[in-house]
Amino acid sequence: MSDVLLDIKNLKTHFYTETGHVTAVNGVSFNVKKGEIVGVVGESGCGKSVMSQTILRLFEEGTVEYEGEINFNGRNLLKLNKRQINKVRGNDISMIFQDPLSTLNPVHTVGRQIAESIILHQNASKKEAEEKAIELLRLVGIPSPEKRAKEYPHNLSGGMRQRAMIAVALACRPKLLIADEPTTALDVTIQAQILDLMNNLNEELDMGIIFITHDLGVVADLCSRVVVMYLGEIVEEASIEELFDRPLHPYTQGLIKSIPQLDGDRSAMLHTIEGTVPPLTRVPKGCRFAARCPFADEKCVASAPPVTEYTATQKVKCWHFEKILKNQEGIADVHTYS
Amino acid sequence: MWSYIIKRLFSLIPVLFIVSIVIFSIIHLTPGDPTTYMLGEEATPEQIADAKKQLGLDQPIHVQYFNWVKKAAIGDLGSSYHMNMSVNDAIMSHIGPTLSLAILAEIVALLIAIPLGIIAAIKRGTATDQTVMGFSLLGMAIPSFLLALFLVLLIGVKLQWLPVAGYRPLDSGLWNHIKYLIMPAISLGSIQAALIARMTRSSMLEVLNTNYIKMARAKGVVERRIIYGHALQNAFLPILTVIGITFGGLVTGAVVTETIFNIPGIGSLIINSVARRDYTVIQGIVLFVTFVYVMLNLVIDILYGVIDPRVRLEEK
Repeated sequence: MSDVLLDIKNLKTHFYTETGHVTAVNGVSFNVKKGEIVGVVGESGCGKSVMSQTILRLFEEGTVEYEGEINFNGRNLLKLNKRQINKVRGNDISMIFQDPLSTLNPVHTVGRQIAESIILHQNASKKEAEEKAIELLRLVGIPSPEKRAKEYPHNLSGGMRQRAMIAVALACRPKLLIADEPTTALDVTIQAQILDLMNNLNEELDMGIIFITHDLGVVADLCSRVVVMYLGEIVEEASIEELFDRPLHPYTQGLIKSIPQLDGDRSAMLHTIEGTVPPLTRVPKGCRFAARCPFADEKCVASAPPVTEYTATQKVKCWHFEKILKNQEGIADVHTYS
Repeated sequence: MWSYIIKRLFSLIPVLFIVSIVIFSIIHLTPGDPTTYMLGEEATPEQIADAKKQLGLDQPIHVQYFNWVKKAAIGDLGSSYHMNMSVNDAIMSHIGPTLSLAILAEIVALLIAIPLGIIAAIKRGTATDQTVMGFSLLGMAIPSFLLALFLVLLIGVKLQWLPVAGYRPLDSGLWNHIKYLIMPAISLGSIQAALIARMTRSSMLEVLNTNYIKMARAKGVVERRIIYGHALQNAFLPILTVIGITFGGLVTGAVVTETIFNIPGIGSLIINSVARRDYTVIQGIVLFVTFVYVMLNLVIDILYGVIDPRVRLEEK
């Protein structure tokens, strides 16, 4: 187990707001190994972003409470004091966000924003840091980086901004990169370029990546393991092959069926999962997916299912997955997708 | 950049033109005229007619206007009916105290408002926030003359730390100069501070919720640097706007405060001139004030670009 980089155990994130108490992440456990890319998939509001920001404790103290463990390099990140967590942020663990325009500070030059982390964590002089910043811009594939470093975020195109943000995140050669929907705001060509870049960086720098997305296509391209979240819980965890060959949870199956197929029947309706994600203030008592699940019965409504280890790499949280599996020979065409 | 400034300066012309027509009409339409004040109650109609002729007030109003505009266009605002000096000199001799007071009051306002606004934003929803906002509300509600009177009573009369009223020019020594301005500056500044603190708070709150602040946190930047290095500069545009507005109000004369503290500034000049129906001085001051406002706005607009690269003007 020495190659485990990040080990999350039974993580819970509670928010205390004016409208009441909400548990946005409810007992999440998974790990990331060195140099591994793990995808976290789920609909909007499933808690994947909250979970990712919990790792670096980015929520304002006082409104939030964390439970469980986030072990990184032998330390529980939830137990660190402010100074200690600041040394981890941007240094050992970095983050990139969805919208590159709003996440780069509009009044600082791109170079300065990259150099800031380097000065902060590596005791570098301003000049060294600026030289390194230019090198990082070159590494992420920005043309004429010397010129770009002196420019402001609004001078750059969307794809360039995302590259610049990746450069900021990579500044201190982190061991783990958390990418929270980094390609969602970009058009498809740029998206492919950014994914390529992340893949290369993963190989070059041997950096673990948690890739958060709602796009299973992207997951298939990039990740070796996937965690599927629904309403603050992990419903299924699997290797990428297992996930597309033999999804166990009805929710995962629904997600995979919802992917449009290029060679599919054009007149056929796109598959959708019935219903919507309920608000976190009204979480069902039993299985959280029961209300939308075509296989749900009284047992599902009454009590939450346990996590079952189906293989060494595949876990599922469902009462009926074995029964469903028998009836599900029909979705075999899905794995042609990846 | 330069072409922009020149363009803005040219836009002054229509503004000044319109303002001059409005102020000229209002003054000449209000009852009372300077001759009664000059000659006293017992003046005979002949004497009054004579004086009017001397001042050119017997001519039709549009002729008077054009005579005045012709001179004003080359910077000559005429001469005062009462003070035995040109209007230009009158304004110049009164602008010093007003400018000193305005700058000092704005400094007081910023020293109070910016830190308090930032603290309120960081500790939003807490007792600290509510206290600061409570004082800010109080500051906006209290008229500055009331605060001035309290200050005079407490610091001037009871404690006798500072002179009650009056003014000493800068040549009489810096401390001597400032000593007389402290109380008026506090009474004006703390009222302005109320407004600026509110703006600082709301603007900071907005910025602190943005993604780039989250990104800065994720980079491991310490909280203090996030506030001063990342958030404040972004939050400063709306604050700067309020500073411009408040400073404009101060430069163009805090009439009541200047009167209370007996400061010979623009405010007291305009009050006296209105009372004496000193037409040329009133017109001159209004024109001057308009000019100052437009220039101040120009300076603020240029400062926007210094603070935020997105509104920076292209160098061409």
